Amino acid sequence: MRLDIAKKAVAVGLGLTLLAACGGGTEQAADGPVELSFWAWAPNIDKVVDKWNASHPDTKVVFSKQAQGDDLVTKLLTSAKGGNPPDLAQVEYQALPTLVSNDVLADISEGAASAKDKFAPGIWDQVTLGGSGVYAVPQDSGPMMFYYRADLFEQYGLKVPTTWDQYAQTARDLRAKASDKFLGTFSSNDPGWFAGLVQQAGGSWWSVEGDTWTVSVDDAATKKVAQYWSGLIAEGAVDKTPMYTPEWNKALNDGTQIGWLSAVWAPGVLQGNAESTLGKWAMAPMPQWDASAPRTGNWGGSTTAVTAGSKKQKAATEFAVWLNTDPTAVEALVTESAIYPAAISAQEAQAKPPAFFPNQPDFYTQAAKIAATSSGFTWGPNVNVTYTAYKNAMGEAISGGADLVPALTKMQTATVDDMKANGFTVGG
Amino acid sequence: MSAVLVEDRVVTPTPSRSPRLRSIVSALGALPTFVLLLGAAYCLFPVAWVLIAATKSSGELFSTSTLSLGSSLLANLGELNGYRDGVFWRWMANSALYAGVGALLSAVLSGVTGYALAKYAFRGRALIFNALIAGVLVPAVVLAIPQYLLMSKIGLTDTYLSVLLPSVVSPYGIYLARIYAAASVPEDVVEAARTDGASELRILTSIALPMMVPGLVTVFLFQFVSIWNNFMLPYIMLANDGMFPVTLGLYTMLKQGNTTPALYTLVVTGSLVSVLPLIALFLTLQRYWRIDLLSGAVKA
Repeated sequence: MRLDIAKKAVAVGLGLTLLAACGGGTEQAADGPVELSFWAWAPNIDKVVDKWNASHPDTKVVFSKQAQGDDLVTKLLTSAKGGNPPDLAQVEYQALPTLVSNDVLADISEGAASAKDKFAPGIWDQVTLGGSGVYAVPQDSGPMMFYYRADLFEQYGLKVPTTWDQYAQTARDLRAKASDKFLGTFSSNDPGWFAGLVQQAGGSWWSVEGDTWTVSVDDAATKKVAQYWSGLIAEGAVDKTPMYTPEWNKALNDGTQIGWLSAVWAPGVLQGNAESTLGKWAMAPMPQWDASAPRTGNWGGSTTAVTAGSKKQKAATEFAVWLNTDPTAVEALVTESAIYPAAISAQEAQAKPPAFFPNQPDFYTQAAKIAATSSGFTWGPNVNVTYTAYKNAMGEAISGGADLVPALTKMQTATVDDMKANGFTVGG
Repeated sequence: MSAVLVEDRVVTPTPSRSPRLRSIVSALGALPTFVLLLGAAYCLFPVAWVLIAATKSSGELFSTSTLSLGSSLLANLGELNGYRDGVFWRWMANSALYAGVGALLSAVLSGVTGYALAKYAFRGRALIFNALIAGVLVPAVVLAIPQYLLMSKIGLTDTYLSVLLPSVVSPYGIYLARIYAAASVPEDVVEAARTDGASELRILTSIALPMMVPGLVTVFLFQFVSIWNNFMLPYIMLANDGMFPVTLGLYTMLKQGNTTPALYTLVVTGSLVSVLPLIALFLTLQRYWRIDLLSGAVKA
């Protein structure tokens, strides 16, 4: 073991001593515990890491908080090219194929395959990419749900829509009763949200057979979703302000937006952005295309991955599995970082509703039922390109004239062109 | 050329002009002032917004009118102070280190290099200078990733040095120092010192550099501001959030993912606090600039 560590220390040199300021800590690594560097963004996740460090004196995880998003993927790719990636990183589901195809992530099936039973099959498929390897351990998931202002629904005599037809009708009714209010908005800024809606409608953007990819960003289900929203936007039944902007926050606060198609983590966002509406919201399942076979999509959610460049993959895998399956760890993730855990047992164990929803005591029981209807989805190796194309094309379509369907063709072309340019085989 | 002449004719008032023409001329004279005022408002309004928004609680931020003051500036500062055990102040200290040390070293390096390029004739001088000018044209953002790959070759990524070293070399600073040295250090003075037997080093430190101080202050200020505001380089170089400068730190507070609300009030308050050192620096170093302008006027 000692020799092993010394060898690693020589091999990695200064680059790995992440905490030692200005380097110069190589010899210290020879005697101390194994140090694992961990990049993540979940709030307060450092407190969960502290728990691991307290109970595992031989393996010290050094946490470093990063900014979430596509930029972090770029940073991971760059650091892997430079030869000194972190040992562990928080990675969103849709970024896994990108990182795997760039050889950034390690196959940790040896240490992590046994964790399979702890997760719903749809979630587990996302970390195996449908193959025999395991590239990450699921951390949290984001089954989509419908949130609405219960007080305003009552005031305007609206019923909670259970199908998309009803949703459209409710949106129109609301506009007729209160012309300054909207049931929801179509956000050209949030491709993850749109992808969630597409998953619910049964769309499939990527699939892979051997080495040949099939890309169908403009498939029938996606067109159906785009057409539906084009119609609502054209008749002015829904708003077209992007989400997560100051205007949108204001609209949530003052009741201009009385509904939000979001995911299980919405209570935290509402609490942060619309504090004054405490206790006025309620959650319901998504409106359905086919009421007899309820489904939902996922928006958000992330995993803990081990990098291929890490020299301590075994220890890192142990930590990744611990973080997301150990009962104390998952409980701490839920209470400290306010995530919705991917581990099934932890989903069922949540008894109290979120602090922002004191009026809905069975919030998590309902949420677990909805989560069970999540549809699977295969992400491609260049989701970032598709997402950027979404933002550009949808933004243009909305300011242009609101037919969203042609935007899908642009997304499809951009995705396929980029994959071909990067040497993927794309079949018809 | 003809355009200048026409303009001259309009602007120079002649006694034979009618009162109407004169009023048109004075209205034209007020136009630049008006445009400048518009520009000032355009630049200052965001600052005012930050100032006002920093006083609002998270409940007030998106629900009250943009220009009405909030009530919780102190609470926001307290919360910022308490965020992750005061990590914000650590980021501020890091920024001060990167910008302070980086700009100081950069000013010294620029001064010495600029002086050498201006006062010594040697083979390849024009080549070096032209390469520098080319360097001025390359945006620093483009260099961040190549610099990262170089730094990782020598094992320096994720250290204070990885951000400091690239900040020290500033083609623009050297360019400025060269121009300034050529204009403000007279050849005669250098020659006189040489005949008196002063060593080259002595001439540099006792004669040339003191004469170049206003120019070097300018270089220092430019570098300080650009390092303080730099984002891309530290973003790529640093992994350990304990070494982040304040720009990067605020970014991590803003980008916490869709699933958690951005800490808007803290970010706004943090931005306000983070520009205060820049404002203070400008106010204290401003007089050097004034001297600079005055001395220029005397020489002319």
